[in-house]
Amino acid sequence: MATITVNGDKQEIKTPVTITELIALNNIAQPDMVSVQLNEEFVNREDYKTIELNDGDEIDFLYFMGGGCR
Amino acid sequence: MDFTEEQIHRYSRHILLQDVGVEGQEKISKGKVLIAGAGGLGAPVAFYLAAAGVGTIGVIDGDTVDLSNLQRQIIHFTQDVDKPKVLSTKEKINLLNPDVNVITYHTLLTSENALEIIKDYDFIVDGTDNFPAKFLINDACVIGGKPFSHGGILRFDGQTLTHVPGSACYRCLFHSPPPPNAVPTCSQAGVLGAIAGMLGTIQATEALKYLTGVGELLTNRLLAFNAKTMTFRTIKTKRSDKCPVCGSHPAITELIDYEQAVCDISNRIKGRPNM
Repeated sequence: MATITVNGDKQEIKTPVTITELIALNNIAQPDMVSVQLNEEFVNREDYKTIELNDGDEIDFLYFMGGGCR
Repeated sequence: MDFTEEQIHRYSRHILLQDVGVEGQEKISKGKVLIAGAGGLGAPVAFYLAAAGVGTIGVIDGDTVDLSNLQRQIIHFTQDVDKPKVLSTKEKINLLNPDVNVITYHTLLTSENALEIIKDYDFIVDGTDNFPAKFLINDACVIGGKPFSHGGILRFDGQTLTHVPGSACYRCLFHSPPPPNAVPTCSQAGVLGAIAGMLGTIQATEALKYLTGVGELLTNRLLAFNAKTMTFRTIKTKRSDKCPVCGSHPAITELIDYEQAVCDISNRIKGRPNM
């Protein structure tokens, strides 16, 4: 088990877990559209499947918001 | 700059602020801010910057006022329907504060005109309603070395960040625009009108902080809020070395017009109602 921070909230998760798996666990809407930051750094989409999360990691799911608005 | 008695009276609540004072008000009065998009976000930004006495306010928008805009675009009134938004905005700014010099651009920001337009301004506020424009403004400001405030709203949510040269840019967080129609816009998914005010006033505050040098800008942070729960969250970020525009080896060295803008324009030309 590991404790990670997801969007500011602590979560206990079974490890190993990849970013792709965490996206599924968190029922993220439109997973193809989410932008991920791990420990304040941008993560390339192609790495979601391979990067495994560690105890203490902070992950943020960011969403496109395009309105200004017309 | 010498203020008249009337101006000292008008700006007295700024001048009273220890951090601002006469000196800070002078900086505001000499300041030049470009508002890209005279819509939901641009409206409150225009009002507060005008009230603050920003010397020059540029407004760029190619649209005309639609009845459905009035639910949130508070600078436009019922009588303004069908009027160019830049004209309606200029009229209200000058009614509120005749000190402000308003420059209007009744056109869309494009890769052709963006650098030329922004170069005259100290700070740019992104109040546009689509991703092509948001990425264009980001890239133009990074390439042109200009600080700007990014803002986006949807339904009950809003997010904003401020970029100054060297700090994280919008592309550090979102590398490229989503495919057209993959992410709903306000005109498709709706937005609570007051959200535009919440976010726009944050952007106006950032512009005034930049001009006066007061406080710490919202740099290397993304502020996101949800109005349903009224929770605000600040996500720390940093400039990405791999960022396609501000990283060490940028792939983007000139401005791009993404396709969505073109689709959008052709839809408008075809007479699709302006939602």
